[in-house]
Amino acid sequence: MLLRHTSKEIVNRKALTINPAKTCQPIGAMYAALGIHGCLPHSHGSQGCCAYHRSTLTRHYKEPVMAATSSFTEGASVFGGQANLVQAIDNIFTIYDPEVIAVHTTCLSETIGDDIPQIAGKAQADGKIPAGKYVIHANTPSYTGSHVTGFASMTRAMVDYFARSSGQRSDRINIIPGYVEPSDMEEIRRIAVEMGVRIILFPDTSNVLNRPQTGRYEMFPKGGVTVEELMSTGDSRTTLALGRLASGSAARALDTRCKVPCEILDLPIGLNATDAFVDALRKAAAVSVPDTITTERGRMLDIITDMHQYFYGKKVALTGDPDQLVSLSEFLVSIDMQPIHIVTGTPGKKFETRIREITGEVPHRVNIGAPGDMFLFHQWIKNDPVDLLMGNSYVKYIARDEDIPFVRFGFPITDRIGHSYFPTVGYRGGMRLLEKILDALLDRKDRDSPEESFELVM
Amino acid sequence: MSTDVSVIHTERKDQIHRKGEGDFDLSCNRDSLAGAVSQRACVFCGSRVVLYPIADALHLVHGPIGCAAYTWDIRGALSSGPELHRMSFSTDLQERDVIFGGEEKLHKALDELIDRHAPKAAFVYSTCIVGIIGDDIETVCASVAEKKGIPVVPVQSEGFKGNKRAGYHAACKAMFRLMGTGDTSGIPILGINILGDFNLAGEMWIIKDYFRRMGIETVACITGDGRVDDLRRAHGASLNVVQCSGATMDLADMMKKSFGVPHLRVSYFGVEDMAESLYSVAHFFQDKDPGIMDRTRALVKEELSRLYPVLQEFRKALTGKKAAIYVGGAFKAFSLVRAFRLLGMQVVLVGSQTGTDEDYRELYEITDEGTIIVDDSNPLELTSFLKEKDVDVFVGGVKERPIAYKLGVGFCDHNHERKEPLEGFIGMANFAREVHSSVKSPVWRFVPRRNGRV
Ligand code: SF4
Ligand code: SF4
Repeated sequence: MLLRHTSKEIVNRKALTINPAKTCQPIGAMYAALGIHGCLPHSHGSQGCCAYHRSTLTRHYKEPVMAATSSFTEGASVFGGQANLVQAIDNIFTIYDPEVIAVHTTCLSETIGDDIPQIAGKAQADGKIPAGKYVIHANTPSYTGSHVTGFASMTRAMVDYFARSSGQRSDRINIIPGYVEPSDMEEIRRIAVEMGVRIILFPDTSNVLNRPQTGRYEMFPKGGVTVEELMSTGDSRTTLALGRLASGSAARALDTRCKVPCEILDLPIGLNATDAFVDALRKAAAVSVPDTITTERGRMLDIITDMHQYFYGKKVALTGDPDQLVSLSEFLVSIDMQPIHIVTGTPGKKFETRIREITGEVPHRVNIGAPGDMFLFHQWIKNDPVDLLMGNSYVKYIARDEDIPFVRFGFPITDRIGHSYFPTVGYRGGMRLLEKILDALLDRKDRDSPEESFELVM
Repeated sequence: MSTDVSVIHTERKDQIHRKGEGDFDLSCNRDSLAGAVSQRACVFCGSRVVLYPIADALHLVHGPIGCAAYTWDIRGALSSGPELHRMSFSTDLQERDVIFGGEEKLHKALDELIDRHAPKAAFVYSTCIVGIIGDDIETVCASVAEKKGIPVVPVQSEGFKGNKRAGYHAACKAMFRLMGTGDTSGIPILGINILGDFNLAGEMWIIKDYFRRMGIETVACITGDGRVDDLRRAHGASLNVVQCSGATMDLADMMKKSFGVPHLRVSYFGVEDMAESLYSVAHFFQDKDPGIMDRTRALVKEELSRLYPVLQEFRKALTGKKAAIYVGGAFKAFSLVRAFRLLGMQVVLVGSQTGTDEDYRELYEITDEGTIIVDDSNPLELTSFLKEKDVDVFVGGVKERPIAYKLGVGFCDHNHERKEPLEGFIGMANFAREVHSSVKSPVWRFVPRRNGRV
């Protein structure tokens, strides 16, 4: 009973978060920045934050994660971090030689009030930024938002700093994939390629955080969207933003700055959301959906129909990030499951309204926590038990204590592999999710079935 | 192949030494270079690591959410009883708290948590931002302590005030506030405190059991499987046995000064170090209990007779293999160097995040010619050293593991994420097994480094 200190009785809490279902903005910004080719993320603050963010990303991806820090000391905390950042920029370009330094702030530098553009301007004026190299930034104080908003801000910074319109429209389509895994980004690209659509995908962490073993350690792996591509996003025909919270801001900025129209879609998790994505892509690029994609869809549907009786009425508790939870809840409801406890650490009224809509038909009381934490999540589960849990690795404590089947989904996953390589987006991702859900449910059924109903064929 | 010198910044040259090349004078305990991809952590991290295993205390992180989220049960410090320490409590400061101060929120959070969880004491960690907005944690803690009748101890762990070592110090100061407040009656003469072990994978239990077999009672485990009430009476022990990690040395010093409790520095890692540690404690108590030496000898003999045959096997397989070490504190490096020697292996690189001048001199003494000694290194340097020395196994922490694997080098976690106890005699066997399983794994045959593709 690892969480034996979780009480069943729920009291209203205001001053305190227990067992968080979110983490802080900079880690999201760091993750997004790793999706730019040749980029070194830089944490403007003391070195602890940076070490934590790198360790956490490393635990999730099992990959080296590079990021520099301004290494604040007491002096910097009193007099401001300008000297540290200017020196850091100089050192980074001299030693590590990236194409881009993506600076994000921390609670500390935000509270002190450091002005990053002004400091970067100083570094520029002092000749510390070599020609053809860039310093971009995002403000990411963690006393607002969460890792998701940090990701959104850094993605938006890519637009603010690079996108420009040459006056000449290209035939390309921008896709902002949202705060998803490298495998998901790869899958989104594959679908577009399969459909014959030319895209610019940003950020793109595939081949950065799911690298092959090559016997070499590369500080700047071959993946990531290039600066050149980012610049030409301003000429694209349209932008498809996947996930309102993580991608919306960058998409709208492209519209405002470069008049690239945008469509904001749900993350393509599940049948309906993937249909919507494929359809939007088809319309935007004026192509038709190829047989290969239709076949994938058919297979996913086949699994759903073949196994639908096992989904029927199963209650699920899920925790994670808003964009994911919206699509996932919709998916679960669409296959006749009942998401009844839904918790995210990221605050948001719109999210709550959206989930209410999605779960409107669920014949059971639905609890939504936004923001909520895993303590509350656990308490809800104790009071109103479920058949399945979905969430990051921390949910395994609850799964064990309450003896409930568990599917890992979200961030961080520190105790299993797979998320870096196999997507959950698209039809193929959907098939994988279905497989995972069924495995969990059916393994449990096998374990608990009395001998007379223990079945070979299911 | 020689090291690609371009990866080493000129300003770091004096933090790297190759034994046999010039006089030894390693610069250390320096702040990391701004812009460094340093492997170092912060004060808060140091404090959290030390105090966190105290299982019946409430650990409340006063700050924005991240600092708490990243330290939620990432270190497997086991408890034989309550597990309050495995929960993550944070005041999750929001913008308005940053502007108007977070004292009220802290007060409320403590009230609520103490009422619900009835902890024996509470530790309140300050993070960077709290240091900047200037919350008076001390006063809040004092008033809650009075109201609730338990110790509520502030930990001055603002991250920017230094590195991990400063955090150890802050943690020691916090623990020291509890000492001298408990009843010491009933503590036997042969009573010790075990300092500097965190019960990762149950290591504290192994060590405690050795002492028990020697006839010694453990008063307080500091901090692995630790309890507040034990800490409060720890000053009644006759001796502090301090694993010389630096983490709790300050506490031993404070206890010596205020309560006259003497201390011994020990290490439980490796055969020689382990035996040596037990003998030095036995020696200390020899006047009080003349039989203790014999009991200790018997214990060591028994353990060794079980261990040696196992080690012989591994030694045969590992002789001549090369190891690299990069760890948080230098103390660990000493023991590792000796342990590898016992396995017939050669240490070609040794470094730490926070070693002191004294530490590095000692490392210099015990290593072979040509060994690279490095302070506060970064991934690029480490990579180039690993390649240059054609290392077979790398011992490090979470951030080093994937680097080793990418290069196709074996790895052993000697940090938070160890899965098997590595301390004690049994720990040495586990360590040998772990090193062996990684070094001799057939999977390295596939990697480009070994099949000539790089
Ligand atoms: S200070 Fe802020 S940025 Fe740093 S770890 Fe804590 S929450 Fe994250
Ligand atoms: S804010 Fe300060 S205390 Fe928190 S992780 Fe960052 S450096 Fe450490």
